[in-house]
Amino acid sequence: MELLLAITLGILVSTSVYLMLDRNVLRFLFGLVLLSNAVNLLIFAGGRLTAGAPPLIAPGEYAPTGTVANALPQALVLTAIVIGFGLLAFTLALVYRTFMTLGTVNSDEMRIAEPMDEKDLDTGKLGLGRADPQQPATGQEAGI
Amino acid sequence: MSWLLVYPILIPVMTAVLCYLFRNTVAGRWISVAGTTALLLASLMLMSEVLDQGVLAAQMSNWDAPFGITLAADLLGGVMVVITAITGLATVIYSLSEIPERLERLGFHALLQTLLMGVCGAFLTGDLFNLYVWFEVMLISSFGLLVLGGTREQLDGGIKYVLLNLVSTIMFLSGIGLLYGLTGTLNMADLHLAVRGVENTGLLTTVAVMFMVAFGVKAALFPLFFWLPASYHTPPVAVSAIFAGLLTKVGVYALIRMFTLVFDQDVGFTHTLLLWLAVVTMVTGVLGAAAMNDFRRILSFHIISQIGYMVLGLALYTPLGLMGAVFYLVHHIIVKANLFFVAGVAKRIGGSTDLARLGGLYAHAPLLAFLFLIPAFSLAGFPPLSGFWAKYVVVKAALNLEMWFVAGVSLAVGLLTIFSMTKIWGAAFWPAHPDGLKPRLSDLPVGDRVALMLPIVALAALTCIIGLFPEPFVQFAERAAGQLLDPTEYVTTVLGVQP
Repeated sequence: MELLLAITLGILVSTSVYLMLDRNVLRFLFGLVLLSNAVNLLIFAGGRLTAGAPPLIAPGEYAPTGTVANALPQALVLTAIVIGFGLLAFTLALVYRTFMTLGTVNSDEMRIAEPMDEKDLDTGKLGLGRADPQQPATGQEAGI
Repeated sequence: MSWLLVYPILIPVMTAVLCYLFRNTVAGRWISVAGTTALLLASLMLMSEVLDQGVLAAQMSNWDAPFGITLAADLLGGVMVVITAITGLATVIYSLSEIPERLERLGFHALLQTLLMGVCGAFLTGDLFNLYVWFEVMLISSFGLLVLGGTREQLDGGIKYVLLNLVSTIMFLSGIGLLYGLTGTLNMADLHLAVRGVENTGLLTTVAVMFMVAFGVKAALFPLFFWLPASYHTPPVAVSAIFAGLLTKVGVYALIRMFTLVFDQDVGFTHTLLLWLAVVTMVTGVLGAAAMNDFRRILSFHIISQIGYMVLGLALYTPLGLMGAVFYLVHHIIVKANLFFVAGVAKRIGGSTDLARLGGLYAHAPLLAFLFLIPAFSLAGFPPLSGFWAKYVVVKAALNLEMWFVAGVSLAVGLLTIFSMTKIWGAAFWPAHPDGLKPRLSDLPVGDRVALMLPIVALAALTCIIGLFPEPFVQFAERAAGQLLDPTEYVTTVLGVQP
């Protein structure tokens, strides 16, 4: 079981690294989502996999008896999932808004905050047109 | 349990809720001011208690030490909370004038207060997983603050900031997972004892490097700093100032905490790595600053080079080096936030932060010019300002170890810092304004002038006080460094406190 989990982790991480090497910000984000799920599995595996009973404490006792599952990694993973989900929602909204404003999701073309040459900003040579508000963005334009 | 440990987290969260409820009225901003003042008072009480009684620790919900959630404050944690409150208060007062009503209605003050909560939580927490949670609280509110308003520059810089910080967060989380797998605990004091029992020291060093990468991204250490100059100059000045002052320093704090308390088993490898990273960080940061032509972007690059000095202090791993790191950390937060405030006022009266489009500030706003020189010279390390003592201690620590090259580089970086500061002075303050503008402070309404200048004057005064009377501050930094190098008191207090 641990071997299976390790192999799954390896596949997930390598896939996500492949995705994160892309210039397309959206693909990078998908890679990030995969990676955060891989890390959740890593925490889970870090707490050792045991076929134990639920960690419930019988009335009147101080500690559970017998082999019980480790509850801590599960609490950690739960917290990490919740936080990761919130961040993902925010980042998706940010990427969408950026695409609507800058008209691109290619990270190479995002040079507004750090222009290569400051003069280019004045003459508009950067070629970053605003997205047309009449035509809502579609997935094809974003290159996904 | 000591309530003093809970107040720095509780006060900002309650203020944030109230600020959000009253965000459409004038009351919102004054609640923010009142809440941050209360935070400052609470942090000062915490600090005096720590000075009196040594390390404080509390277990939340009465769970015993290695299992429950621990809050702990030693001298370093305490002083960081105080400095957070000071910077927070300065920013809130500054933003009374700087932040337009439109952004206030979007919840600017609520986001700022959650940011303060996250930072205070990160400084006070005693276990690793909660450090992750507080980092996230801090990050998500900083994301919000960074793109609030949604201009093109902000979105562009924001994307890079958000994505790279998320990568570092995931790195941090996987480090936590592996460390838990190795030791079976996440309480930092317990980890200090547990890492000694780990047989697979090679894996432990690997985990240490993962933490180094994760915190290195947050602290903008050498190969991982590109998100910082891309994003820090885009939001409103008040936001840039608190980011520049506080956020990267949380990364440095986490590095200091982890690499003195937990990962001190392979100092020869990890701290040598940190040493060279620090040196390269100093050099690249200051060279980047020398190449820029925008007020705020020069300052952004300076953050990076100064981070190098703090990490250098940690990497030397001697009492003097750590003392320098602590002193530098405190001094730098004050100075850096102040420089960004000055840049904001210059933009307000001069019309731009681009050095080519600024001018005449010395002739028409001499007070501002004078107040710029104090933090600028302090950052560069001129005596008798605070930066001189900070740099002196770090360089002295390097010389004591006979690291001539490292000491020489850090002195040369100081010189280059002066060069880029004179560049700002020579373009923005000295010559006449290219458009013939006369940037006068007196053109601003009285209320705005008070709100903008009060934080600048107060922080500059603080810089001078630290510089002119360094004795108590140096002694304090020495005690804090002593606690970091010998964490027995921290460990026994955290593990020994019974609810």
